[in-house]
Amino acid sequence: MRILISCVLLVILSLGLVFALEQAPFGSNQIDNADKPGRFYLNQGMEKTGAANVVTSVVVTYRGFDTLGEVTILFIAAIGLGAVFHSRKKVKRYEKEKQSASLILQTGCRFLFPLIVLFGTYVFIHGHLSPGGGFQGGVIIASAFLLLFLGCEEKKIPMKSMNTVESLAGIIFVGIGLAGLYWGESFLENFLPRGMDYMLLSGGVIPIIYIAIGFKVGAELAGIVAGLIERNP
Amino acid sequence: MEESLEQILELSLTLLMLGGAVCACVFKDLLNAVIAAAFVSLMAAILFYFLQAPDVAMAEASIGAALTTAIFVIAIKKTKRVEEE
Repeated sequence: MRILISCVLLVILSLGLVFALEQAPFGSNQIDNADKPGRFYLNQGMEKTGAANVVTSVVVTYRGFDTLGEVTILFIAAIGLGAVFHSRKKVKRYEKEKQSASLILQTGCRFLFPLIVLFGTYVFIHGHLSPGGGFQGGVIIASAFLLLFLGCEEKKIPMKSMNTVESLAGIIFVGIGLAGLYWGESFLENFLPRGMDYMLLSGGVIPIIYIAIGFKVGAELAGIVAGLIERNP
Repeated sequence: MEESLEQILELSLTLLMLGGAVCACVFKDLLNAVIAAAFVSLMAAILFYFLQAPDVAMAEASIGAALTTAIFVIAIKKTKRVEEE
């Protein structure tokens, strides 16, 4: 009986969704409407901001304030998780007698770790030229730390310097925004020379902001993973 | 012909995502459910790539498929399972 009722409800719900979304022009090219901001971003984003990647020009310059909000949300989430993990007395990580990882695994982790960090750094440094950016690069770096935590547990990660890096990156982000307010006209405005388009050193403050975001996200997520792993049940 | 091939690919990816999502809901074992959710994220990343959004695809693949899965697996490993009959 319950299954029947749920099936009927599901059918009604899906029919309602179908009828509600019937009019929506999925897949049609809405950017062609001249007064839409999307068209403006696509056509003028490159020459106004100097970022070859249109997504980056939207994320960092036009919607830079939103990005600051996202970073803040991630920061608050990391703080909350840290508060939960710190509430109990800290237990030593190697209390249980665990069999340490084999030599092959440890060597593989130590070999792969710098390469993954290099790839993440590449992704967020080239955020204004190619797909990718601060968030993606930061998460890739955090996954490199995850590999290190899983593979060679003997390695201690200095959490204190990680927190320092995270805080410094946040301060740099806000500082660049305030500098744009001071030398430019608005918060997060570009106040550096634009440089040559399609080169690594172009786009003014965009690469600096992305480097800051990359460090911040990487340190935060690595801290979350480290807190999870170190916490004993 | 080319367009229809692309449409078939996108449709099959969407169906795979739906199947993975249903599996993630139905599976009793939490580990299996997490892997199914990661599968959904991976298929979503491939779909984003075919829809010409490589930025979103990278974010989805690295966050959804890799890091979230790892965090869930660690959390499942650290917690105890209590089953009430």
